[in-house]
Amino acid sequence: MKLGSILKTGMVAAGLLAGAAGSALAQGAPIKVGVLHSLSGTMAISETTLKDVMLMLIEEQNKKGGVLGRKLEAVVVDPASNWPLFAEKARELLQKEKVAAVFGCWTSVSRKSVLPVFEELNGILFYPVQYEGEESSRNVFYTGAAPNQQAIPAVDYLMANEKVQRWVLAGTDYVYPRTTNKILEAYLKQKGVKQEDIMINYTPFGHSDWQSIVAEIKKFGSAGKKTAVVSTINGDANVPFYKELGNAGIKAKDIPVVAFSVGEEELAGIDTKPLLGHLAAWNYFQSVKNPTNEAFIKAWQTFTKNPKRVTNDPMEAHVIGFNMWIEAVKKAGTTDPDKVIDAMIGITVPNLSGGYSAMMPNHHITKPVLIGEIQGNGQFDTVWQTPGLVVAEEWSPYLPDSKDLIADWRKPMNCGNFNVVTGKCGGKGK
Amino acid sequence: MFFLRLLAGVSSALAAVVIAATAWAADLQTLVTNLTTGSFGDRETAIGALAASGDARAAPILEALGAGQLYLRKADNVVVIGKPDGNQLALTEAVSGKPAGTGSEAELDRVRVNNRLRGVIEAAVGSLTLMSPDARVRRGAADSLFKRPDPAALGALDAAIAAEKDARIKTAFQEARAAVVLVSDAPKQDKLAALDVVRDKGNRDALSVLQAAINSASDPEIKAAATAAAASVRQSLAAWEAAQNVWYGISLGSVLLLAAIGLAITFGTMGVINMAHGEMVMLGAYTTFVVQDIIRTSFPHLFDASLVIALPLAFVVAGVVGIAIERGIIRFLYGRPLDTLLATWGLSLVLQQAVRSIFGPSNREVGAPAFMSGAFQLGQLTITYGRLWIVVFSLLVFATLILVLRKTPLGLYMRAVTQNRPMASAMGIRTPRVDALTFGLGSGIAGLAGVALSQIDNVSPNLGQGYIIDSFMVVVFGGVGNLFGTLVGATALGIVNKFLEPYAGAVLGKILVLVFIILFIQRRPRGLFALKGRAVE
Repeated sequence: MKLGSILKTGMVAAGLLAGAAGSALAQGAPIKVGVLHSLSGTMAISETTLKDVMLMLIEEQNKKGGVLGRKLEAVVVDPASNWPLFAEKARELLQKEKVAAVFGCWTSVSRKSVLPVFEELNGILFYPVQYEGEESSRNVFYTGAAPNQQAIPAVDYLMANEKVQRWVLAGTDYVYPRTTNKILEAYLKQKGVKQEDIMINYTPFGHSDWQSIVAEIKKFGSAGKKTAVVSTINGDANVPFYKELGNAGIKAKDIPVVAFSVGEEELAGIDTKPLLGHLAAWNYFQSVKNPTNEAFIKAWQTFTKNPKRVTNDPMEAHVIGFNMWIEAVKKAGTTDPDKVIDAMIGITVPNLSGGYSAMMPNHHITKPVLIGEIQGNGQFDTVWQTPGLVVAEEWSPYLPDSKDLIADWRKPMNCGNFNVVTGKCGGKGK
Repeated sequence: MFFLRLLAGVSSALAAVVIAATAWAADLQTLVTNLTTGSFGDRETAIGALAASGDARAAPILEALGAGQLYLRKADNVVVIGKPDGNQLALTEAVSGKPAGTGSEAELDRVRVNNRLRGVIEAAVGSLTLMSPDARVRRGAADSLFKRPDPAALGALDAAIAAEKDARIKTAFQEARAAVVLVSDAPKQDKLAALDVVRDKGNRDALSVLQAAINSASDPEIKAAATAAAASVRQSLAAWEAAQNVWYGISLGSVLLLAAIGLAITFGTMGVINMAHGEMVMLGAYTTFVVQDIIRTSFPHLFDASLVIALPLAFVVAGVVGIAIERGIIRFLYGRPLDTLLATWGLSLVLQQAVRSIFGPSNREVGAPAFMSGAFQLGQLTITYGRLWIVVFSLLVFATLILVLRKTPLGLYMRAVTQNRPMASAMGIRTPRVDALTFGLGSGIAGLAGVALSQIDNVSPNLGQGYIIDSFMVVVFGGVGNLFGTLVGATALGIVNKFLEPYAGAVLGKILVLVFIILFIQRRPRGLFALKGRAVE
């Protein structure tokens, strides 16, 4: 009893000391972290969630004492789904707020808009969304999937497991679907699929009347060969598309649709029972069972005070990116951009799919690829998974313009588009 | 002695029967357990074995597996079927069919299936349910066998054809049999006869079967016959396709009409350029969401009536907001169209962000009541109930509005005020009040449109933005101030759009329609049905 109480007093004292030491260390000015996600306008539907994730991650890190003994402080700005405003807000974050790193952007066009700003002012951007590739900047870390970490494994899965021979590549009319479909088309042809077995269809943003296109797909699908739809349809257009599919009676077992932009958040607005079995390819699903993921989901639902709030792939990308940045800052011992950029390469942190992701010299990360089928409860069941991690191909080997390019930001190469044929830095593309 | 021997013989035969019966049950037990173990490939084999057992009890088990309702109870490893019952699952033992109490998802392991397995299950259930007493089940079995012909089912199909009394189902069976014959190694004569049967079915599924026959045929005669049959099916489908485009056009037109008809009043007759019109539609859609949410939590049995309940509420909500806008902002801006345009545009942003703050930025789920889900066949035309009801609803709204304008005192006042304000005022009509009510009516109708649109589009803060440009296009094209013009304009634009889309693609189609309207307005600045007379000036 006596010993116990002595121990207890000792522990309390130690705790107090540690606390005092901690607060003494955290005395320095807080490190500012920029959050550049649209909170209004069309993209708010997807990006608001990412802002909340960043706030949660920063709060959790501060509970652990911050980093380098300094607290973190989030600087949230709203670029309002307006692409030029993204560049303006990025400039504001870097010049006026002097943030150490920025987490932000969703659409490729917003990333292209801020890219010159980050390169000019030597900032650091973490970009959390799957994209079309064909880019590697010294100032950007791409934590979302490149096409070979999402689209190509999905096509492989359908070919091998569902014996698909005819392909509809349906997308919204902008850069990500167009580039991804170009890569997929080249890939399919290389695999021996004939031109007449590929149908490509583009629709405007927010397309809401899908009757004719669904009828077209049905028509294309009645050629005696197994047909699948590869969908790069973006955002709001998905709900009416899936509703029309359900109404028209297109079941996943007849014509499966595999989507690259439909996650748990997007499904929250639809009754998913008619969609049972349609697929999505991501690097993370909320339904993945492992302790890291379960802890994350619990923290997220507590943070948002909503026990039904879902998680999704771009959120996981931010979690990975943020943890990598923390590790890099610790390794570099400073938040100086040049030192942190150099320290980032090779950093490995746990991902939420039950493994580890590493930052590669091309500023992309390694990821597992998961294929999931939509369930009646709005979640995905993983039906297939790459056995190991996939390294991103930022320059697609299937496109003639980029097949000779590689990115390597280590010294001495230090180049985002090194042409292995000419041996010079600076080929085609950005 | 002889008697004794006979007795022994009978009893051993009996014993054999008894043993066989237990072995049968044990078999089903192992077959069902096999479903729950191993990889997806192993499960496919297990499904095949279960289907081959021919046991009638296998069908519900396979159906449950396909629907994701087959579970392994963690506590005792018993395979159970779980049907949702409130928050719990009502369980029955899969093999014996005995009730097994209730359980939650956490106590059970769902047996996972993928698309490939669902297809295999569909075919297996098809061959197992050919003799079902329920006509609809038999029909479904025939359809799934037609889509996934399996040579092993030929015997079962022949038996089913012989036993079938219903002529229509018999035809379906014969069609399924033909599809099966085409994939089997039946003699050439049979295959040629089967091609005729499939050709006469004449729909997309038939075309698919014929194409598969062309792809796999080795005999040139069969290949030629299949090609000819496919060509004839394609020809008859082409005519149906045109009809389908017209229907799609009408359906798109009805959506445009719904969105535009409120604007035809506020913009068409009052002349207010109301950029916040789309947000009134959005408010209607959110009202539907709130109504459904309350019904879901408090009165689940009323769900099918949710839209009917939402209609008057949406009208009132959007109408009241409309009146508030008119009284608060627009009435100070009459005669200043540019200022009105800017003010209402700003207002639309305010309303969007307000909804975003209250309901969150993500889409809200609005369910479809039973009478609006699914589709039916009219010849080779697939008509979805949802779209059909929207067409009916838009015509109803249109007719009611015409009645209100023509036959009620309010309609009379409205027409009087919009045609000649000073004169109407001199006759003792309180013009500001009529203005407010007119604007409220236009907004209320936009709210009604929101209820309908919640069935086909996202219920998100951006809902209205997608419709505002189309609405203005319809009203201007149809002729400002003319409701019939709006009706004709909406239908015409819908049909033109749907005929262009298959050839030009959705993006180019939209551009072409816009170019067409610009050119049209150049020639006829007042639209299709221009108002004539002094009122125009």
